[in-house]
Amino acid sequence: MKHTLSVLVDNEPGVLTRVAGLFSRRGFNIDSLAVGPTENPKYSRMTIVIDGETHSIEQVTKQLHKLINVIKITDLDPEESIERELVLIKVNAPPTTRAQVIEIVDIFRANIVDVAKNTLTIEATGNTNKVKAIEEMLAPYGIKELTRTGKIALSRGQKSG
Amino acid sequence: MKLTGAQALINCLEKEGVEVIFGYPGGVVIPIYDVLYDSKIRHILVRHEQCAAHAADGYARATGKVGVCMATSGPGATNLVTGIANAHLDSIPIVAFTGQVATQMIGTDAFQEADITGITLPIVKHSYLVKDVRDLPEIIREAFYIASTGRPGPVLVDIPADISNAQFAHRHPVKLNLAGFKPTIKGNVRQIKQAAKSICHAKRPLIVAGGGILRSRAWDELQELVRLTRIPITTTLMGKGAYPETDDLYVGMPGMHGTKCANYALTECDLLLAVGMRFDDRVTGKLSTFAPDALVIHVDIDPAEIGKNIKTRIPIVGDAKTVLKDLIIAVEKEKLEGLEDIGAWLQQVNSWKKKYPLAYKKNGKLLPEFVVEKTYELTEGKAIIATEVGQNQMWAAQFYKCDKPQSFITSGGLGTMGFGLPASIGAQIGRPDEVVIDIAGDGSVQMVSQELATAVANKLPINIFILNNGYLGMVRQWQELFYHHRYSQTDLAVGTPDFVKLAEAYGAKGIRVTEINQVESAIKEAIDSPETVVVDFLIEREENVFPMVPAGGSINEMIGGEIE
Repeated sequence: MKHTLSVLVDNEPGVLTRVAGLFSRRGFNIDSLAVGPTENPKYSRMTIVIDGETHSIEQVTKQLHKLINVIKITDLDPEESIERELVLIKVNAPPTTRAQVIEIVDIFRANIVDVAKNTLTIEATGNTNKVKAIEEMLAPYGIKELTRTGKIALSRGQKSG
Repeated sequence: MKLTGAQALINCLEKEGVEVIFGYPGGVVIPIYDVLYDSKIRHILVRHEQCAAHAADGYARATGKVGVCMATSGPGATNLVTGIANAHLDSIPIVAFTGQVATQMIGTDAFQEADITGITLPIVKHSYLVKDVRDLPEIIREAFYIASTGRPGPVLVDIPADISNAQFAHRHPVKLNLAGFKPTIKGNVRQIKQAAKSICHAKRPLIVAGGGILRSRAWDELQELVRLTRIPITTTLMGKGAYPETDDLYVGMPGMHGTKCANYALTECDLLLAVGMRFDDRVTGKLSTFAPDALVIHVDIDPAEIGKNIKTRIPIVGDAKTVLKDLIIAVEKEKLEGLEDIGAWLQQVNSWKKKYPLAYKKNGKLLPEFVVEKTYELTEGKAIIATEVGQNQMWAAQFYKCDKPQSFITSGGLGTMGFGLPASIGAQIGRPDEVVIDIAGDGSVQMVSQELATAVANKLPINIFILNNGYLGMVRQWQELFYHHRYSQTDLAVGTPDFVKLAEAYGAKGIRVTEINQVESAIKEAIDSPETVVVDFLIEREENVFPMVPAGGSINEMIGGEIE
């Protein structure tokens, strides 16, 4: 099972290296890692997705906690959290198929952010499943380039997780 | 008050109570050494930076204080790496200061530039690259606090040259602000109560204590708990001295070269109380057959150690001293409800202890076990023993019985050859009134023999007892037992220096021992001498360390160690 860890860290140079270094040294594989500053500029939040089948989440969490720059770790419950990912997809869209592609974009409530003669660049946000679904739907038209941010997540409700 | 970074650094070190720095100067740290010139802090000039880190480590182990070492940028800093890794694996509090090229030069491949914070990332507890001189006092306060609090470990502070020279308004006191570092000291009350209950109901209980007892100065509490419960106890290599080894309930060291009694007791026990140890592979052997019937209670300051290698029934995160104090109270209370009779178990353990003592064949030849045993007798077990790594280390661990804590200084985790000599320098400086002996091998000591200069220059009466077999003995032993006597690259005999002459070349005293009847007088002469002394014991070349658990084997299946 995939686990999403929300990790509050000091917003300082080198902290990402420390976290990444710990993962590689202990042999933990990261599925995705997204990082950015929080409401408090002193801290950043890392959203780390790891495979709980191959590694003990307990060991990962405990080892992470030993880093002095790690303030707080929450293993987010998928039922109790909101997760989003952003994807940019450059897809083939010559005049013959352009209308079909735009239809897919509309269905997914995605946006077209760039138009060229034979391609459209599409921005989609959503949970991992939605992002995967739009990618699958667009694949038959020929995806030329794709980039994803990795998942970011917050717990639901008033409590800060 | 306006100070330079270098002045503030030394000022802060004085405020931290630092008595001694082990170090080696170089280009970018000249400003710091210039301030040090007038400071009351003693500086010990080593002859290789690796030994500055090891000496700081030995000092920390012998005194319980934070050891401090210093080196210049580039090669000076990289030479510290082994010493930092060594302190990291054995959880020793040291703070390492390195010079760095000036801030604006970082990243340009400047002369003597090395990214030392990057290089040491996986082997430090924490590290700092100082980017603003105004942060320096806070960083130093944090470095000492982090190194010595919770599970101890090395902290590195990298100081660029311009930071050392920059002036700023320095103010004391500095307040700590570490949101991400709050070690759990007090153990969970319910868990401790449950542990006490299990301890009182166990039929075959055993305690295994490790280096954590020494780090947290919990030796009195440990003795009190054993006195209260009469549970037999084993201490790991790192925990040597945590409990008096001459006590009846002490069963010896566990693991690869431990006693049969300790390993049998571990295998048969139905309750294992592990305190301040981390179930290293050299202790457990094959995990699936380790303490198979035991309910494991694991007390450790580092939550990541609990459940890492061994399934734990009752985990207790906390400082060993604090937890043991609470556990003693809980056991006293629980005892009133009745205590399981462990008489039969004690009898069993005792019979193993009697039947399988550590022994060696006495054949009239000069054997290393005899040298260590004599050293023990003649120092009445009161010396501080440092060791190198390999056979010398295991013979020292087996035959030098430590009754006192902080008196056995050895590289347990990293297994660093060349640790003992610089560590004994650090120990002697930290505890000048004690007899300090480095039990060495000829291979290990050659890695750091230049430190004889440091010892002589500082008039340190350390004793280096070389168990000289002209081999990398432990590797040779494995080659003999598991690689058909193919001694690939382990024979050092040709080219090994005359250690007596080597000692004399440095201005130390050198004594050679070739016969068994010279051992006693040589040891006496060495420990009575106010000089640095090297004793070259030309021991039986192919003596092995027994008993032994082959790598990956079960600890109750030991080879050797039986004396006909």
